[in-house]
Amino acid sequence: MAKKTTAGTKASARSGGVPLHDGRGSSGGRGSGRSGGGTLEKIGALAGEVARAAHAGEAPAIEVPTRAKSNTTWDCKSGILRMGDATQTRELFNLNQAKGFMQTVLHAAGIKELLEADKTLSLRAMFYKGLHTIPGTKEKTFADQDESDAVLEDLEVTLGSLREELHVFAKKAGTMVGNITIVDSGDEIDCRRMGSGGYAIPSIVEPDVIQFKKCDAKFVLHVEKNTVWSRFNEDKFWQEHNCILTEGGGQPPRGVRRLLRRLNEELGLPVYCLLDCDPWGHYIYSVIKQGSISLAFESERLAIPEAKFLGLRAIDYQRCGLSDDVQIALNEKDVARAKQIAAYPWFKDKPAWRREIDQLLRNGFKMEVESLITKDISYVTETYVPERLKAKDWLD
Amino acid sequence: MPGQRGKSSPGATAGRSRRVGGSGAPMLAAEAMAEKQREISVSEFFAKNRHLLGFDNPRKALLTTVKEAVDNALDACEEAGILPDLLVEIVEVSPPPSASKSGRYRVTVRDNGPGIVRRQVENIFGKLLYGSKFHRLKMSRGQQGIGISAAGMYGLMTTGKPMVILTRPNPKKPAHHIELAMDTTKNRPEVTVDRETEEFYASSTGTGTSVTVEMEARYARGRASVEEYLEQTAIANPHASITFVPPGRNAEDAEDADGEQGVLGVGRSDDSADSAAGTVSSAFDRTTELGDRVVYPRTVDALPPEPKEIRPHPYGVELGTFLTMLKNAKATQLGGFLKEEFSRVTPAVVGEVCAKASVNGAKLSEHTWLKSIDTETAERLYTALQGARLRPPPTDCLAPIGVRQLLAGMLKGVRAEFYAASTREPAVYRGNPFQIEAAVAFGGDLPAEETARVIRFANRVPLLYQQSACCAFKSVLETSWKNYGLGQPRGSLPVGPLVVMIHMASVWVPFTSESKEAIADYDEIRKEMRLALQECGRKLGTYVRKRQQMRRESERRGVFERYVGEVAKACHAITGTDADRLYAALLEQARKRTAVADAVLDEDGRVVRSRPEPGDGDDGVIIVERDGGPGGGGAPALPEGGEARASGGGKRRAREKETRAATRESGGARSGPKPARRAKPRMRLVGGKLAPVEEGPGLF
Repeated sequence: MAKKTTAGTKASARSGGVPLHDGRGSSGGRGSGRSGGGTLEKIGALAGEVARAAHAGEAPAIEVPTRAKSNTTWDCKSGILRMGDATQTRELFNLNQAKGFMQTVLHAAGIKELLEADKTLSLRAMFYKGLHTIPGTKEKTFADQDESDAVLEDLEVTLGSLREELHVFAKKAGTMVGNITIVDSGDEIDCRRMGSGGYAIPSIVEPDVIQFKKCDAKFVLHVEKNTVWSRFNEDKFWQEHNCILTEGGGQPPRGVRRLLRRLNEELGLPVYCLLDCDPWGHYIYSVIKQGSISLAFESERLAIPEAKFLGLRAIDYQRCGLSDDVQIALNEKDVARAKQIAAYPWFKDKPAWRREIDQLLRNGFKMEVESLITKDISYVTETYVPERLKAKDWLD
Repeated sequence: MPGQRGKSSPGATAGRSRRVGGSGAPMLAAEAMAEKQREISVSEFFAKNRHLLGFDNPRKALLTTVKEAVDNALDACEEAGILPDLLVEIVEVSPPPSASKSGRYRVTVRDNGPGIVRRQVENIFGKLLYGSKFHRLKMSRGQQGIGISAAGMYGLMTTGKPMVILTRPNPKKPAHHIELAMDTTKNRPEVTVDRETEEFYASSTGTGTSVTVEMEARYARGRASVEEYLEQTAIANPHASITFVPPGRNAEDAEDADGEQGVLGVGRSDDSADSAAGTVSSAFDRTTELGDRVVYPRTVDALPPEPKEIRPHPYGVELGTFLTMLKNAKATQLGGFLKEEFSRVTPAVVGEVCAKASVNGAKLSEHTWLKSIDTETAERLYTALQGARLRPPPTDCLAPIGVRQLLAGMLKGVRAEFYAASTREPAVYRGNPFQIEAAVAFGGDLPAEETARVIRFANRVPLLYQQSACCAFKSVLETSWKNYGLGQPRGSLPVGPLVVMIHMASVWVPFTSESKEAIADYDEIRKEMRLALQECGRKLGTYVRKRQQMRRESERRGVFERYVGEVAKACHAITGTDADRLYAALLEQARKRTAVADAVLDEDGRVVRSRPEPGDGDDGVIIVERDGGPGGGGAPALPEGGEARASGGGKRRAREKETRAATRESGGARSGPKPARRAKPRMRLVGGKLAPVEEGPGLF
């Protein structure tokens, strides 16, 4: 997989590659549902260009917008990360890019088939769809699913289409419960009556799949992990505080983020995040709030600039009087990551956040939300979160 | 070998020096000592000091015998203008009682040379220091004239058997069968058998000489063996055809197998001991083992140019020699002496030297009578002559092997993939003209992890001993092979699949000892050797780098070829475009972009451009595979399913095998300068026109 970035100027000077993507400009049309019409044409153009170049004796190349920090800009006004204009040229006759090129074309063909059959496949299934041994060799087209996933993300940006427009979805990895009734693919779902398991948030949550029918909730509490979510659900926190309770299994997948965004945008619900007190928790918050670097092109429909960070805070060790047992020492990687996050422009200009990260580094340990259990089983639901909310004690 | 040894020169050697002495001692003691003082014969001296001649141990004795006889035979043939056909046979008379002991062997070396006239036989084979080569400045293999007679003496001493000589100088007359012993005390040959015979082996010329020596010896293979010597001789003498019958092989069987059309074919059948006639099959131009014998075929059909004899150059003459020359001169006047006895002495030089050497009361001129010159004046003359500005000696006396012949020789004996050779311009050391040639062979079947092999030659004679004492070896050490892409530990030979060959051609090769094993270390010689090696090295370096690049390109192509099929199929699935056409177009591009991998290199390591390609790279170095490449007739089919698509490298290897096989079948018809076998000289140095290396027993 070639993930090297090339400067935009260099890329545009190359011949052969057709800038199939239309950058951020297409985002206005995004979320319009599973049309696929434009996508098919774009895939055809991509393959057509390869054939044209081949017969013209030119090097077949695909311009792939660069998904890296270098090509990510912080839009301070709207508070989201945006993808820049830089593209990298993926060439067939480049030792480092040959395989990536082949995989891109291969997946393009696979997606064309999906669109024509009007079927959807999971990322995992797409990996298997593209997977075979190259004739005459012992090499497989994809070494693992990660390679396949990255190629699909490249295709999204290259074609300027959303993943759902490519008829590809991720596995479900998020749960919701709360005072809201939704319609999912025509089925009405009352999220107040989801038992202990909760409603599994699907990968595609666009309005043509999910509609909001009746919402009484006043805010959304998003927690990092399923274990914490279960605690809140069992204590019927959402009933008592009239809210929606979600979790995203660590780094929330796009479906969860999109749903949070819609709840925030369409229903005007504030989103509060309860995450671990460590660099990874901070980054999850950052992704929910500003968008991620690798999916910066989707920020406009995923990011929730208003999202708040409720905890856990570095000062909670003292504030809540936790025991030494909950401390997990920061390792070198954690420290480096914390410093890296502190240097991101969207953290750098916020004194409260700088203090928070400084405190984390001074503490020299991280804490999980579960550490509050040491106080009392329901401390987090009955004391911690209500106190924070009441005091409006959060980081922005 | 008539005329090979013209003039006898007893005296002036170590043997004589003991006769003087004791002159200042008291009378009685001196008288007493005089009782014991007597002449030491040269033969006696060497009988006691045989290690000086290369007979230190039984194994080396065998090699030295073969070497001296072969050298003489080649010299004689070349001098007579005959392309040499040699047969070397070693018969085990009685095996060694144990591995560490020596056995008894009979060595026969037979040539198709001019033969030797009857009256010279004793002198040539029976006397030490008898020869034609010592006194003249002419490039030849032998120099001192001690070799073959020393071998005979060694045989006589260890077995008591005389040397057997069969020679026929006139094809219309009977041959001479002579058996020769030697009186070591008198430096005089003793003929024990002398008869004329009609029995003579078949020689291409009808003439020839065969020498047989029976001796205590040990036969072994490997380093510094008879075989190695012959192999290397074959390399340096591509115009010679040599057949070797090692001991322990049945000579009669060999005859049956051979047929009778050999150049040195079977002319008689009664003399069974000698009947293993050498048949040189023209079907082989590489060293070939034919069951019982090893054939080193002739690969060049032209004799080396006859080297001219030259007079000594003043710079190379020492004072003592100068005095001797003065005494023995034919001329009567100084001017005539200087001009006739030396090269490069012009009338102007004579004038200059005379003026410089003149002192008050003793004016010298070209008309000065030689008789009137005393030792002091001679010394002044000598000094003046050394100080005079003289042109370097003529170099037409040198006959280098030549780049083409060197390559032919290397190709015959060394199985490598790259060969380069260079011949330096003649140079001069101590007034003696000499010329250095070097060649390298690289890659192929040569061992990659070992240090390079150095093979050394002086006047086409391989030097097998005392490598580290040799100037040639030192010059290899001091060449920086790292510059040419080879590893070289400090103060050591380079490491890699490399054979380095150095040849010194000179009218007088300065050996470090009488056994002629190492070239003395003169700055001028070492410098020329280094320069010759550097010339080869540069070619090698270019090639090595190119080869690395080719390998990289070949790998690149493999990667591209792997994915091109997938891309074509995917594009077909998307747009319905013709997958086969697209595949062909992409494959063509892949090959073009990695075309360096197919390049054929010339002797400088540059890419040979076989035909122009539209759309070549800027450096224009494209050669495309003929099967399946662009212009290869028809687009290759898109591989389907499990069909194997070999990588670029694999394909080439496969084709090379085919080429090799094909060449083997066709027998590789021999011809002098080889025809350009353009069939598929892939990654092969083609020294101008040399062909690729086929299968066959290699030297290394």
